[in-house]
Amino acid sequence: MSTAPTIDYEKIKGVHKIPLEELYTSGHRTCQGCESATTMRGFIKAAGSRTVVTGATGCMYVANTSYLTTPWIVPWMHTQLGAGGSSAVGMAAGLRALKRKGKIKDEKINVINFSGDLGAGDMGIGGISAALQSNYDLLIIMYDNESAANTDIQATGLSTYGAQTTFTPPGTKHPIMQRRWKKNVAGMLAVGHPTCRYVATACATYPPTDYLNKVRKALEIGGPTFIHTYDPCPKGWDYHPRYSNELGELGIKCGIYPLYEIVDGNIIYTYDARKTGKGRIPVKEFLTKQGRFDHLLPEHFTYIQKMVDEMWDEWQMPGVAPIKGILKARI
Amino acid sequence: MTRTMLTGNAAAAWGARLAEVDYVPSFPITPQTEILETLAGWSQLGEIPARVVMMDSEHSMLAAAATAAATGVRVFTATSSQGFLYGFEMLYAIAGLRLPLVLVNVSRALAHPITLEPDHNDVLSARDTGFLQFHAETSQEVLDSILMAYRLAEHEKILLPAIVNLDGFYLSFTREAVEVPEPEETKNFLPAFRPAYPLLSNREPVAMGAAVLDPSLYSYFKHQMHNAAENVLTIYPKIAGEFAETFGRRHGIIEEFMLDDADYVIVMTNSFASMGKAEIKRLRQKGKKIGLARLRMIRPFPHEELQRVLRGRKGVAVVDQNISVGKGGILFGEIASALYPLADRPPVLLSFIGGLGGRRFRPGEFDGMLASMENPTESAAETARPHLLFTGEECRQVGRFFAIARGSDNTAHGSTRSPRAA
Repeated sequence: MSTAPTIDYEKIKGVHKIPLEELYTSGHRTCQGCESATTMRGFIKAAGSRTVVTGATGCMYVANTSYLTTPWIVPWMHTQLGAGGSSAVGMAAGLRALKRKGKIKDEKINVINFSGDLGAGDMGIGGISAALQSNYDLLIIMYDNESAANTDIQATGLSTYGAQTTFTPPGTKHPIMQRRWKKNVAGMLAVGHPTCRYVATACATYPPTDYLNKVRKALEIGGPTFIHTYDPCPKGWDYHPRYSNELGELGIKCGIYPLYEIVDGNIIYTYDARKTGKGRIPVKEFLTKQGRFDHLLPEHFTYIQKMVDEMWDEWQMPGVAPIKGILKARI
Repeated sequence: MTRTMLTGNAAAAWGARLAEVDYVPSFPITPQTEILETLAGWSQLGEIPARVVMMDSEHSMLAAAATAAATGVRVFTATSSQGFLYGFEMLYAIAGLRLPLVLVNVSRALAHPITLEPDHNDVLSARDTGFLQFHAETSQEVLDSILMAYRLAEHEKILLPAIVNLDGFYLSFTREAVEVPEPEETKNFLPAFRPAYPLLSNREPVAMGAAVLDPSLYSYFKHQMHNAAENVLTIYPKIAGEFAETFGRRHGIIEEFMLDDADYVIVMTNSFASMGKAEIKRLRQKGKKIGLARLRMIRPFPHEELQRVLRGRKGVAVVDQNISVGKGGILFGEIASALYPLADRPPVLLSFIGGLGGRRFRPGEFDGMLASMENPTESAAETARPHLLFTGEECRQVGRFFAIARGSDNTAHGSTRSPRAA
C-alpha cells in the first residue's frame, strides 16, 4: 500500500491551540457528561463561523434546539431522521446556485450535517451514500452513542454486541438480545464510494485534538466527506457522567473502536495499539465499566474479544474492511 | 407566445423552465419521469440554468428540495404515486418550515394492487400537509398553474409550498395544443424569488425547525399555516387577474361548465372532467338542465366559492376519483361541509366513486347520476354512503378473469390444465 500524500491544512497542534471561539454554546439541555455535545462543540470550533449546519432528528436535535433555545451561533436547520445526507446535498446545491447567480459572495461555506447512529447508520444510510457520490463540498458527521438516545435508549445497528437497551433487555430465556455485530459504517462508506476522498473515525476527546484536525482535514480536502465519532453516553451506557472521556479512550485502546482516516484511499491509523508496544487492553476492561454489559456471561466476553482480535489480526485492512484474503476459485 | 403541441408532462417541464427554477432534485417514477427527463435534457444542453440532480429516493429528493429552498433558491420537483408516499414525511416538514417550492404530482393509483393508471388517492393524501393544491385538466393549465403556484407560494402573506396535480397517462402522455409564454413576459408575471425572511444563506445565525414543545406554541404555528393558506382565497383572484392580463387566459378557483341555468350539477376534478363535460353536453342536447363544476383549487378548500356555485341547485353529485376505504369519496365530505350551513343548500347531494385506477365511465352512468338526483329514492342512511360505479358487464369480466386465474375457464381458451394433470 502506498502512503498517503501530505495535505496542507492548518493543524491544531495541542490543546492550547484549540480556537477559543465558541459557536456551540449555552442554550442546550444535553445530559451531564454528554460526549455528543462535545462532538458538536468540537466540529463547529474546527470549522469556524462560515458554516451552515443541518441536524437530523435525534438527541442532538431535541436536546439542543427547542424553541427559544439554541446553542448554535451559525445558521442551523433541522432535517428529518433519515434525511441527513440529502439535506446536506440540497443545502450545498442551494448555496452553489446563489453563488452562481451572484446573489451571495463567492466564498467557501462549509456545509455540515450531523446525524446519529440510527439516523445515519440505519435509516439514512442510502441518502448518505448518495451524498458521498455527489460533487458537493459537504461533511457528514455520524455521532454514534450506540443507541436511539432521544427515545430512551433503543438498540440500533451500531449498538455493541450484547448491550442492554430498552429494546434488547436481558432475559431468562435469552441472556442477550442485541445479537447483531456493530455495523461497520465508516468502512462500508469508504469502500463503497471510490470518489469520496476522506472518511474517518474519531472520538471527540481522545486523542486530544485528533477529532478537530480530522474535521479540518475533511473540510480542507473537500468534496463529500464522512466522519464517524464514537460518543460514550452516560445514560445509555450506564456509567457515572464523569467517565465519558475515559470510556472513549478505553474503547479505542481495547481496539473495539478502530481509529483511522482514509485519505484518497490510503489508510492512516491515528491510534495504533500495535505500535505502542503495549498492545490492546482486554475488551473486558472497557465493557465492565458500563452497566449495559452487567448481564454478560463469560462466553459473551470471549466472543466479543475474539471478534475484536479477528478485526485486527485477520482482516486485510485491519479495523476497516472485513476481508480476510483471497481463496482460489475451484472451477 | 408560441403555440405548440405538448403532453401534460412536457407542459409541466415548460412551467418549471419558464419559472427559471434553480434546482431540481430528481427521482424517477412512472408516469412522472418524463418531466424530470425533459428538464435534465435542457440542463445538459445549457438551455436552462437549473441543476437537475439525481437523488436516491423521493424522501431524499424532497429533503434536498427543502434545504435548497431554505437557502433562498427557487426549487421545483415532481413525483407520482408510490414516490409521493415515499417522500410523504417531508411534505409536512416543508410546509411547516414554510418553504415555498412547487411539486408536480402526476396522479397514479396506489398499490396494492399495483397499477399505472390514475386516481387521486396519492395527491389527496397530502390534503392535510399544508401544501396548496391545484388540479389541472389540460396541458395548458398544467403550465399556467405552475407559474401561478410560484406566485402564490412565494407571496409574503402565504409562504406555503404548492402541489400542481395532473392525471397520469390521460394527461401526462396526451398531446394538446399549448400556448407557451415567452420568457420575458413570464418574468413580468413571475419575477425572481426574493425571500421575505432571512434564510440559511445569510451569515447571521438562524435556527430553522426548532422543536416546539409548548402545546400553545404548536397550535399557534399550525393556526398560522391555516390562516396563510386561507389568504390564498383572497390573493388568488388578484394573481389570476394579473395572469389573465399578461397571458390572456383566466383560471378560476372553480371552472363553471354549463352552469348558468343548471338545476343539477356534477362536481369533478382533473382530466376526467373532460369526459364529464362531453356527457353534460349530450344530456343538454336531450334538454336536461345539468352542468359541471370542476374544482381547480383543493387546498385551500374554496368553501365560499363552492357555496356560490352550488347554492340553490336542485341536486349535486360529487364524482370522487378516489376512495377513503370505509368512508367513501374524500371530496364529497368536504363539499357537504361547505354546503351544510346554507339555507338554500341543494336538497340532494350524492356521492359517486368513479375512475379508480383509471376506470372509464360507462355509457349511461351520467344519465343514472342525473336520474338519482331527479328522483331520489334512497333513505338518508343510504344517501350518506358512496355509490361505487361498476357495471354488470364489468362484474362478468371480473368473473372471467377469476375463472382464468383459477384455471377453470373452459370457454375462451380451452382447458388450462395440462393433459398430464388431467
